[in-house]
Amino acid sequence: MNLDDLRDHLCSVYPDLCPLFSVEFGDGVLTVGPDALFSAANDLKNLGFDRLLMLTAVDRGEHFEYHCRLLSRAMSAAITLKTEIPRDRPSVASLVPLWPAADWQEREVFDLFGIRFAGHPDLRRILLPDEWEGYPLRKDYADPRVIRRPDYI
Amino acid sequence: MALDVESRQVVETAEGEVFDQLVVNVGPSHPSTHGVCRVIVHLDGEIVTRAEPVIGYLHRGIEKMAENRTYLQVVPLTDRLDYVGSMYSNWAYCRTLERLADIPVPERAEYLRVIVCELQRIASHMMAIGANGADTGALTLFVYAFDQRERVVELFEALCGQRLTYNYVRPGGVSYDVPDGWIEDVRAFTTEHRSALAEMDKLFFGNTITRGRLKGVGVLSAADAVAWGASGPVARGSGVNWDLRKHDPYSVYPRFDFDIPTGTEGDCYDRARVRLYECYESCRIIEQALAQMHSGSYRTEGLPRLIAPPPGDAYDHIESARGALGIYLVSDGSPRPYRMKVRSPAFCNLALLPMLSEGHMLSDLVAILGSLDPVFGEVDR
Amino acid sequence: MAIVDRIGAALDRSPGGVILTGVDALADWARGKSLWSMPMGTACCAMELIAASFNKFDFDRHGTFPRPDPRHTDVMIVAGTITYKMMPAVKRLYEQMPDPKWVIGMGNCTVSGGIFYYDTYSVVRGIEEFLPVDVFIAGCPPRPESLQDGILRLRELIEQESIAPGKRRERPLTLPSPEDGCGEGE
Repeated sequence: MNLDDLRDHLCSVYPDLCPLFSVEFGDGVLTVGPDALFSAANDLKNLGFDRLLMLTAVDRGEHFEYHCRLLSRAMSAAITLKTEIPRDRPSVASLVPLWPAADWQEREVFDLFGIRFAGHPDLRRILLPDEWEGYPLRKDYADPRVIRRPDYI
Repeated sequence: MALDVESRQVVETAEGEVFDQLVVNVGPSHPSTHGVCRVIVHLDGEIVTRAEPVIGYLHRGIEKMAENRTYLQVVPLTDRLDYVGSMYSNWAYCRTLERLADIPVPERAEYLRVIVCELQRIASHMMAIGANGADTGALTLFVYAFDQRERVVELFEALCGQRLTYNYVRPGGVSYDVPDGWIEDVRAFTTEHRSALAEMDKLFFGNTITRGRLKGVGVLSAADAVAWGASGPVARGSGVNWDLRKHDPYSVYPRFDFDIPTGTEGDCYDRARVRLYECYESCRIIEQALAQMHSGSYRTEGLPRLIAPPPGDAYDHIESARGALGIYLVSDGSPRPYRMKVRSPAFCNLALLPMLSEGHMLSDLVAILGSLDPVFGEVDR
Repeated sequence: MAIVDRIGAALDRSPGGVILTGVDALADWARGKSLWSMPMGTACCAMELIAASFNKFDFDRHGTFPRPDPRHTDVMIVAGTITYKMMPAVKRLYEQMPDPKWVIGMGNCTVSGGIFYYDTYSVVRGIEEFLPVDVFIAGCPPRPESLQDGILRLRELIEQESIAPGKRRERPLTLPSPEDGCGEGE
């Protein structure tokens, strides 16, 4: 299914999601507000996106950008769900009730970005030790043990 | 987390049954955990009631390091992700970068990438099957399988000079063209590999002990495989016919005729056997690719040393030996990635371990872990 | 003079003869010849470590045989990146090995962190921060032949030592005590 078909299909089933759909670098992107994330994800699941492929975040300075890539084998289509999470209140709905695959991936995002997932059954650090301080993939993470690479380019 | 765990607890089940629970700590350095995985196993007698994997012992922060490297300098880092199959991480990264920066790839380079990645699949699966054999007591199989892997490694060494971390697939092509006589060597290898596979099939998969140890152990249903995001042989062992080479075709894969082996039961036996049959299919793909490949340029000339893609983000994935390996790159227009994220198939597959091992014996835990084939460089990143 | 050198000369003089030597000399001669290894393979180098013990390179012929139980082993081959999370486990395994014990650091990560020296927040920059290392092998990863060379170098080092009191080789490094911050990661 190409992106135009995907847009048409999405618009026919969920007209309210239609204006949020865009195309970036050949990928379908659905940008929603943080509060509408769970319902949008639920709609996409009902639409046939049965796999959660990747869930991650990007530190954009004043906010975190949340990315969740969904895939449908039946439609052979992929879509990226994006939302902006405010930095001062980094919390968003967990997608574990929809896809158990989100379990470890959300723990990883919590571990490295400090974003809390409301409704996650077991939100703990996964890669770093439990007593680790700070969230390393944030751009303002400072660890005295880190040696910055000299700028050779 | 401390290394010590409380070893004995008295537990009351929901039905009011009281039993002595033994907590066994497996790993992080254990010969059967395929790296540095630690599993805290709760046992009722010899039956696993709960297995909790603790990962991150090889978390090296590659995603953070990539943010302070130029796009080309990240390629060697991707080698160290999936160190059993370095070519895949190279290729996945280069595909995403090529999509983001719009870099063309010559046809010969695409063929070379397919050939090395299918050889890599053989090497990686040989490691997985062999380790699966060694975990269940068939060390002989490991010797047979490792011999085959060593042949592939020798081919790679002739091609790019490295045995393990190849840095071969580069943005816009590959680093070297094939040396003289290499194509004949690969042809000879695929012929020889087929007979070795048949021998291994008889030796291991026909063995009564293997069947006893692997059949019916760690059964994963197709619905669970989809819901948990399993991919690669783990999903295909459960009958989920999903292979990115067929279902999201990339590179020159649509030009080849090959099948996707799938299992029916979803147990450890099917997962291991799917890997074995994938090696046959890889041989088929390699032979077709060698026949179709034309001479020409193996890389795009005139690429700048500092690649600065336009701001934006891109994701691309390939089918690695462990499943859908994706790289997600965010560019802010500078010559360094703003963010790199690795969608690691082994990470997602390993999340299945608690579910699969529950109710099985402790000795089956290593068989299940081996059948998930985690590589911890990629799980922990 | 090492006992092994005397064997040839003695047999030349009187075939089937008797060699007289001290117990310490016999032990010194013998203990370097059968180095059972504790394969502490954590990352990429572990693949080469496995390759080294299999068909093609076959380290058994040097008497170096991987034993996963630290209590059976003489030399710990640390192959791969050690992270702060892994460090207490490696240290504990080292402490479980019986004396005399040696450490081979395989790969650049064990030397200095290698490719993971800069920018990373979780990698120990060289295992000498917490282990006394006898032989380092550079490479990313080193070939099995390099590991072979490393084991032969370690043998040479062991031949220079003696178990006799007062003749033990001074260790250049001592383990930091748990209070120094290399403890159990609590």
